[in-house]
Amino acid sequence: MAHPSTYQPASGIGRWFDSRLPVPRVMHDQFMVFPTPRNLNYWWTFGGILSFMLAVQMATGVVLAMHFVPTPEGAFDSVEKIMRDVNWGWLLRYSHAVGASMFFLAVYIHTFRGLYYGSYKAPREVLWILGVLILLLMIATAFMGYSLVWGQMSFWAVTVITNLFSSLDALIPGLGTVLVEWIWGGFSVGGPTLNRLYALHYLFPFVIAGVVILHIWALHVPGNNNPTGVDVKTAKDTIPFHPYYTIKDGFALVVFLIVFAALLFYAPNFLGHPDNYVPANPLQTPPHIVPEWYFLPFYAILRAIPNKLFGVIGLIGSISILFFVPWLDTSRIRSTSYRPIYKWFFWLFVVTCIALGYLGSQAPDGWYLFFGRLCTAYYFGFFLLIMPIVGLIERPKRLPGSITQSVLGSEAPQRAVSSESAPEGVA
Amino acid sequence: MTILRALAVALLAGLAVPGLALAEEAPNGHGPVIEAQEWSFAPPFGSFNQAQLQRGYWVYKDVCSNCHSMRFLSYRNLGEPGGPHFSKKAVETLASQVQVMDGPDDKGEMFSRPGRPSDHFRSPYANDQAARAANRGALPPDLSVMAKARGSGPDFIYALLTGYEKAPADFDLTQGMQYNKAFPGHQIAMPQPLVDGVIPYTDGTKPTVDNYAKDVSAFLMWAAEPKLEERHKIGARVMIFLIVFAVIMYLSKRAVWARLHRRDHTHVT
Repeated sequence: MAHPSTYQPASGIGRWFDSRLPVPRVMHDQFMVFPTPRNLNYWWTFGGILSFMLAVQMATGVVLAMHFVPTPEGAFDSVEKIMRDVNWGWLLRYSHAVGASMFFLAVYIHTFRGLYYGSYKAPREVLWILGVLILLLMIATAFMGYSLVWGQMSFWAVTVITNLFSSLDALIPGLGTVLVEWIWGGFSVGGPTLNRLYALHYLFPFVIAGVVILHIWALHVPGNNNPTGVDVKTAKDTIPFHPYYTIKDGFALVVFLIVFAALLFYAPNFLGHPDNYVPANPLQTPPHIVPEWYFLPFYAILRAIPNKLFGVIGLIGSISILFFVPWLDTSRIRSTSYRPIYKWFFWLFVVTCIALGYLGSQAPDGWYLFFGRLCTAYYFGFFLLIMPIVGLIERPKRLPGSITQSVLGSEAPQRAVSSESAPEGVA
Repeated sequence: MTILRALAVALLAGLAVPGLALAEEAPNGHGPVIEAQEWSFAPPFGSFNQAQLQRGYWVYKDVCSNCHSMRFLSYRNLGEPGGPHFSKKAVETLASQVQVMDGPDDKGEMFSRPGRPSDHFRSPYANDQAARAANRGALPPDLSVMAKARGSGPDFIYALLTGYEKAPADFDLTQGMQYNKAFPGHQIAMPQPLVDGVIPYTDGTKPTVDNYAKDVSAFLMWAAEPKLEERHKIGARVMIFLIVFAVIMYLSKRAVWARLHRRDHTHVT
């Protein structure tokens, strides 16, 4: 949120530096005294958790890269060597693998939070779009990272996903095949493929870090949304980021780390697939090729659509549709807490995403396929029909007059806010 | 919220019912149900039973290693803490019992020498083709990470080794295959490897198929996860640290936010 700088350099060196590169001033203004709504709940702590997880993945990843051998002959063996012979290698590798799961758990909660509280609505559209971009980059990075283990699931996941591009043959004959061979660097998934996936897996996290900086920048221009969706009106509505939210985010991070550590130390392979401990074998397809849990909903959508090209469009569309959410939602208020009808559709959407995750892990036939299609229909229907229509016909509950009032509840409402004339918290 | 919960339950029930119907046809490749065993190394505090790992190594050495390689293990690993923890002397003796191809020497010749602790476990076959040729086309898989490469891990290995049975009358068994109730599809190329009394045990444990299977499954779990004990041990410390840290953070958070609540109070009154 734009606010006058209150930074006072304490020393001569501080003043000298401040007039040349005012990094301490930016840190002070943006992360110490930054005015933050006073009513943020624990769903707002996942931004900090995600920054931490990105750092964990980069730190562990850089060391793992020092020991990894990106060749079909060496990849699987080098991973096992890391597990056995590299000092603390097992801890690094399991942190990185379980860390990816925790990263996605956090990013999904963060995304659902934004969706529930209308954090994508004006003036935060760019903030939201950058977030979806980060999600896309994370998906690409995680997919490439999983391939590097070069186990059976790694190899066949790469084969299945890269082959999706061949669906373009249905549009222009030959285009898909040419594209797939270009991606592979050959006529099948092999050494050149592994090598380029490795190079890109190392590159992408730095791109993510760059977009994260923009994401935080775009957050600090309008300031945080909050559980009421009502705009900040007076200074009383805000509190400085430090110490109030540093301590709250810190507590949430430690609780998150307890879950992380429980998985890491007691069930590091719980979320993985046993087939990935079988070295890649291009001559033997596993009975069921399934992605990691965090891709299962998208995988279910891909397989729910009978036509290959449309399946791929559905897969890509299921994520890219998020880019358009700021304009698909016609509601004039932000927070779902004050939307009596939309609330039900929202929670049904959450259940649908979890159901799609389960369905993605099962073979797509019989009832599984039927429910896969039903859930896919609801997934897209939620964005394309429910969001625009419910926003128009729904009469929201009365919003609190201000953030402070919603917290303290003691002050009389300054003014009744109806859906027709709601100037406050209006997107 | 209750209606929401009812909706969720209904949806899940709707998913589960066809799921049950499908389970009998078993189209999803989950294979037969594997019974869970009690293992000394179960999380969160479990550790390997050293005597069991040593017995398991004998089973591997006398039986499994005739066909199965374990290329990620070295003899030195057998002497490491958190594993069978054989004495230094025993490891040297075990290693020296195998002949290892080394070279080339100064004259450019390959030569054979007794193994050293730093050598990898000797593989029974020179390559996969030789392994297939000796096993009627079937390839005995490497066992280094086998306990992690199958669902249910050591439970599966135990169930497989004790799962040999006479095929049911209506079962169409391919020539040269064995019937095994734990193996997916029930047809396995590996002949029943364990027979009561085939490996002598010197520590008083009964030399039965059941004990052999249990011991070698535990040994393979250690082989796949040699840092398991260290992981559990560090895990306990990390968990204690994090839980104490979380309590401190929670109390600090309350103390910090109390300032705000005091301020509000003075404001309102």
